[in-house]
Amino acid sequence: MTLTQETHDELRAIAARYPEARSGLLPMLHLVQSVEGRVTPEGIEACAAILGITAAEVSGVATFYTMYKRKPVGDYHVGVCTNTLCAVMGGDLIFERLKGHLDVGNDETTERRPEDKASITLEHIECNAACDYAPVMMVNWEFMDNMTPQSATQLVDDLRSGAEVHSTRGPRLGTWREAERVLAGFPDGRADEGPSAGPASLAGREIARERGWTAPSSNGTAGETAGEVPEEPAQREQAVAESDDTVAEQAVVEDKSPSGETAADKDEAQ
Amino acid sequence: MTTTPEKTDVDLVSVTIDGIQVSVPKDTLVIRAAEQVGVQIPRFCDHPLLAPVGACRQCLVDVPDAGNGRGFPKPQASCTLPVAEGMVVNTQATSEVADKAQQGVMEFLLINHPLDCPVCDKGGECPLQNQAMSNGRAESRFSASGGVKRTYPKPINISAQVLLDRERCVLCARCTRFSEEIAGDPFIALIERGALQQVGIYEKEPLQSYFSGNTIQICPVGALTSAEYRFRSRPFDLVSSPSVGEHDACGSAIRVDHRRGKVMRRLAGNDPEVNEEWITDKDRFAFHYATQDDRITYPQVRDEDGSLRPASWPEAFAVAARGLRDAGPSAVLMGGRHTVEDAFAYSTFARVALGTNDIDFRARPHSAEEADFLASSVVLTGPGGGAVTYADLERAATVVLVGLEPEDEAGAIFLRLRKATKHGTRVVAVAPFRSRGLEKLGGHLIATLPGEEVAAIDGLLGHADHGVDASSVVLVGDRMASVPGALSAAAALAATSGARLAWVPRRAGDRGAVEAGCLPNLLPGGRPVADASARVDAAAAWGVDSLPDVAGRDGAAIVAALASGELGGVVIGGIDPDDTADPAATRAALAAARFVVAVELRETDVTRGADVVFPVAPVTDKAGTFVTWEGRTRPFEAVLSNPASLPDLRILAGIAEELAQLGHGSPLGFRTVPEARARMIEMGAWDGERPAAPTVSAVPAGSGEGLALATWKQMIDDGSMQDGDKHLAATARPTVARVSRAVLDAVGPTVTVTGDRGSVTLPAVVADDLADGVVWLPARSFGRGVLADVASPGSRVTVKGDPS
Amino acid sequence: MSDSVTGSVKGTLTPVLTDNWGSERSWTLAAYEAQGGYGALRNALAMAPDDVISAVKDSGLRGRGGAGFPTGMKWSFIPQDNPKPKYLVVNADESEPGTCKDIPLMMATPHTLVEGVIISSYAIRANTAFIYIRGEVLHVIRRVQAAVAEAYAAGHLGKDIHGSGYDLDLVVHAGAGAYICGEETALLEGLEGRRGQPRLRPPFPAVAGLYASPTVINNVESIASVPSILEHGAEWFASMGTEKSKGYGIFSLSGHVTRPGQYEAPLGITLRELIDLAGGVREGHSLKFWTPGGSSTPLLTADHLDVPLDFEGVGAVGSMLGTRALQIFDETTCVVRAVLRWTEFYKHESCGKCTPCREGTWWLVQTLAALERGQGTEADLDLLLDQCDNILGRSFCALGDGATSPISSSIAHFREEYLAHLQHGGCPFDPAASTTFAAEGALA
Repeated sequence: MTLTQETHDELRAIAARYPEARSGLLPMLHLVQSVEGRVTPEGIEACAAILGITAAEVSGVATFYTMYKRKPVGDYHVGVCTNTLCAVMGGDLIFERLKGHLDVGNDETTERRPEDKASITLEHIECNAACDYAPVMMVNWEFMDNMTPQSATQLVDDLRSGAEVHSTRGPRLGTWREAERVLAGFPDGRADEGPSAGPASLAGREIARERGWTAPSSNGTAGETAGEVPEEPAQREQAVAESDDTVAEQAVVEDKSPSGETAADKDEAQ
Repeated sequence: MTTTPEKTDVDLVSVTIDGIQVSVPKDTLVIRAAEQVGVQIPRFCDHPLLAPVGACRQCLVDVPDAGNGRGFPKPQASCTLPVAEGMVVNTQATSEVADKAQQGVMEFLLINHPLDCPVCDKGGECPLQNQAMSNGRAESRFSASGGVKRTYPKPINISAQVLLDRERCVLCARCTRFSEEIAGDPFIALIERGALQQVGIYEKEPLQSYFSGNTIQICPVGALTSAEYRFRSRPFDLVSSPSVGEHDACGSAIRVDHRRGKVMRRLAGNDPEVNEEWITDKDRFAFHYATQDDRITYPQVRDEDGSLRPASWPEAFAVAARGLRDAGPSAVLMGGRHTVEDAFAYSTFARVALGTNDIDFRARPHSAEEADFLASSVVLTGPGGGAVTYADLERAATVVLVGLEPEDEAGAIFLRLRKATKHGTRVVAVAPFRSRGLEKLGGHLIATLPGEEVAAIDGLLGHADHGVDASSVVLVGDRMASVPGALSAAAALAATSGARLAWVPRRAGDRGAVEAGCLPNLLPGGRPVADASARVDAAAAWGVDSLPDVAGRDGAAIVAALASGELGGVVIGGIDPDDTADPAATRAALAAARFVVAVELRETDVTRGADVVFPVAPVTDKAGTFVTWEGRTRPFEAVLSNPASLPDLRILAGIAEELAQLGHGSPLGFRTVPEARARMIEMGAWDGERPAAPTVSAVPAGSGEGLALATWKQMIDDGSMQDGDKHLAATARPTVARVSRAVLDAVGPTVTVTGDRGSVTLPAVVADDLADGVVWLPARSFGRGVLADVASPGSRVTVKGDPS
Repeated sequence: MSDSVTGSVKGTLTPVLTDNWGSERSWTLAAYEAQGGYGALRNALAMAPDDVISAVKDSGLRGRGGAGFPTGMKWSFIPQDNPKPKYLVVNADESEPGTCKDIPLMMATPHTLVEGVIISSYAIRANTAFIYIRGEVLHVIRRVQAAVAEAYAAGHLGKDIHGSGYDLDLVVHAGAGAYICGEETALLEGLEGRRGQPRLRPPFPAVAGLYASPTVINNVESIASVPSILEHGAEWFASMGTEKSKGYGIFSLSGHVTRPGQYEAPLGITLRELIDLAGGVREGHSLKFWTPGGSSTPLLTADHLDVPLDFEGVGAVGSMLGTRALQIFDETTCVVRAVLRWTEFYKHESCGKCTPCREGTWWLVQTLAALERGQGTEADLDLLLDQCDNILGRSFCALGDGATSPISSSIAHFREEYLAHLQHGGCPFDPAASTTFAAEGALA
């Protein structure tokens, strides 16, 4: 396959979104996947040429991130979360069931049978930030919440047969390549499909509504705020430094450096 | 001006390491401060010339006091931690915490490392092996608990020369960091992730770098090996001798490892003032030339039947002396690869044995202007006298390259410029196109047609964007000899702007030959031939009554005079006729000469036609000195002991002594390297007036048909000193003609370039910013090279498409 | 540690961020503005940037991405005399196992985040901001892309925002699958088009972050909380929560509870209170272990039900508040299986840069897998703990530390269960019993 001029132009347009062109590499590789069905050598070379870096450097990036695929992906990428919580809640059994049902292993793609309208690539995936909907599956990175072995097999059967399938918390499902194009930053106009939130997301809000709980109002007279007296301020100096680690590292950085941003400053991931 | 870095007011910081107080400069990393108190903290990713990364975690130490009275609760990587006043550090020597942390990391490193030390090239000189012994546990808990190692298929070629064994790799990333930070060739990169992370290349793009061998040397395990050395010897069987690279004028320190009289490999030496710890692949791998089958091992004389026959040394000396006596006026042609001691012998031989100033080391296009420039602006300059040094490149605000492609022609300069540009030095190149090397320097191109360099140089003065001033350094390559007025303009620019100027020749012996007076206008020590008192001075030192008082012939004039019969004999050493300005003329002159004495390492066209042939020692077999482009001397001793292998100076001494016996001239007065050195020191430098710089005007650029020919030698090419390592040869850049987009579009992807000496057909590629009026060819990458097969640089050539 | 929750009745919920999640087309600008959205932006633009920073400082808002560093203080570290551009980067790489709060927020009310980005960028004087969203949440990315486009069209983004003279461009950047990019310097590498491997610090991002320029990196929930502070005031925010852990936060309950989901409450609420709200532990079962803030925070047990869920309270019992990702496991769950799976996750997500994490997770998985199969000896538990000791605090970033948390905490609380595997010759649990469809049988 040869990348079209249009694709080259779009790759350049992605790079141009950023103050420094190389920042575009991740979305550029998404675009390559949307066009080529995987990260191809041609796509790597095109990215390298546009960004003025070596193909080895692009390869280093393309092989670091798990969403980039080196083997052709089917029309639908079906992911089953088998991280601990989903696994315990049924993800392991779902994944086993699907492997048998589709007759593929992890990261393998179904053979297209005569009656099939679409192929499926099955993969077990890591936590997809939908734990309150466990066990969770993702189809082309759209949420399929609260799955069971039965609903999972029905889902893949529907996908293969070409039936219209909707995300449980999102739009009608498109193909994996269409999804990759959105990830490259080219919207597909489906943002308004699907609900604002799933039921679990609204669980606390609904209880609050039922019981009339709100946050305090700005003037301090919220309906149900309690009259408890705040404790005396204490140990204020510890507010800056969470750990001795922070304190010691602070000593060796410049005064105005954010001393708290140390290895102890575990961000989201850690 | 001074050339030594002014180390004034270095802020010192006092730290306590393992109970020993030590003061080190501010910002020193703890791992290096520890070395000051004699503690070697184990490390893998750390390298003093690479930016710290703290990746391997082998160098963890305990820091009970960061200098503020509080300690780090966890061990710290000493390779990323700068010292702070009052800091207290406990290494593995005194801290159980540090020792356990290091043992833990070592254990992790070893779980996936194969136990193939007995067959690994690194075995015996392996930091992992050594540090596992000093800082690791004896038994493996991993294998005891049934652990399964990560395995990979056997080694993969990351270039024709470099192989990667992924199982052995500890992922310190020294090689990838070197390639990106130092060489600017990030063709190897970390790929994959986590435990499967590995060093890799893009399948279609091997590690194409002139500096790739350094990755092998800095690899702290046996993961990177060279095809050339793999499985050839064990480190403990090798004898290591320091030496100096003979392939360019950089003077890089090398280490020659040999076994039973045979060189097995070469490594970079550590010379902070010169090459730091890096060398080119040519300096590393190109040494088999000295052991090729065509190496001459005994003297030969031409027999009555016209063939060369073996002769004894005394006979050869006698035959050579008689022949030169009988040939009439004789001259000396010697190339640019000699040690300064040998060059001094050639210079002395011409003056005292042959009684002539007809001597020239410039076996390449040259000019009288260049000789004047060397006499006025180059000879006797050196670091001690304020000349430009490597370190100055880092300090300069701007470095201008004129007729010099450092990546191809002077690798150590290229790497130093790479380093300099990171500190803000700007590089400006007067060149025909934007080379890959210039790209890697982030340099600015002043696109210049061959022959129009003078205007480009003149334009640098006061230029709004890239003007030169006293904070600039101008490096001018020896190729500028073929552009009338260029060297004059460079000298004038330096004089007017205050910029500092240095001449960068290509060959290791070029600069030494200037100092030794291997020029028609210069005697040793910068003594001008034209200066009577200088001649008297030299004559006295040599112990002769007088010296010829007229300037001699330069190389081209010697060639012409041999052809015309004005000169009858020639002593020629280290010259390939195809490197000379007019190869056909040189060959004709040698054929016409009445008597030719060849002093050579290997059989060549010159030796095949000579009347007497003397074998000469390669650099491994003799002591000597190379003078770097800076004017810095870098002496070395013989690596191998080979009594039958004599330096040029011994051969010249033998001929001179025979000539003197015949009543012709005087002996040299020395027979050995130490004696030559003593004589040179005795003779000293000329302290009289320097000749004025040349003021040659530019010649209006020739118009006419076709394109102007630009050319230089790529680092890895067909040069005879690269013979014998096919892996190195395979890393050469492709042989292509470089043309403009318009020319490529007009004539297609294959071009035939035709000049007045012939033509060559090559694939064509577009060079960035190359003017339409130029075609560039690699000088010595096809046939007998550009000079012999196509045309002289700067001349007009035609470019046609492939008729097929 | 403080154990009283102020500002609201103990054990009640305080929907602020989640308040509009159920509204009709809540993701649109129209719906957001109908609820008063972008009012805080107008307040902020009328203030001096430093005053915005002060307001956030005064509110006591601490980073909601896990570490809890005071947000306003982080902003104040940006050297305003540095001539380079300043950048705001939103960490929307939500990937910590168990964490699922930012994703529904961005899906339901992306404008809350966008408004927070504009106010925060204004405060630190950034003219370009980025939202780095993990790539595996397509619909969330759509909603944020659309919200940004709407905000541009409405003049909330772009040149001279609402006549303030302040310019801001906001780029939505999709990641590509790497947990490590939740680590802020690895995220910057990803945003610069490189392998997501953490950077050496110092220099800290506030001094040399994105493109070696001063950069603030904040979690989605932190930034999304900013408009409420600007709208209602710092005192209002500080009136909620505990002494040193002020304000509200989203608590994400998942696993074996009757009603998993998002519960927004003042910091300091307890798990007992939250489980009560969520209808209790799964019918007929009892709490066995839980994570307070994702898998990288040491496991707790039923003994810790009354620990105040604030930074200090959880820290005092040897764990971390983290991202308030409360994964609840009942007695049907095998802790060895759970820990092995998490460990496999850390091995898979280890970036490979440093030895302890890269090689250590490789080994930990092998040791744990053998134990789960009932192979090995009790000494292997000590071996595991020693491996953890050689990783914790020795690795380059906190991923390696996090990998050890489930192992060491589970051995501390459930040593007997590990030994039971050895005695049983394998896992004594029925994996089907813990599933949501256990009642229907595993073949459901």
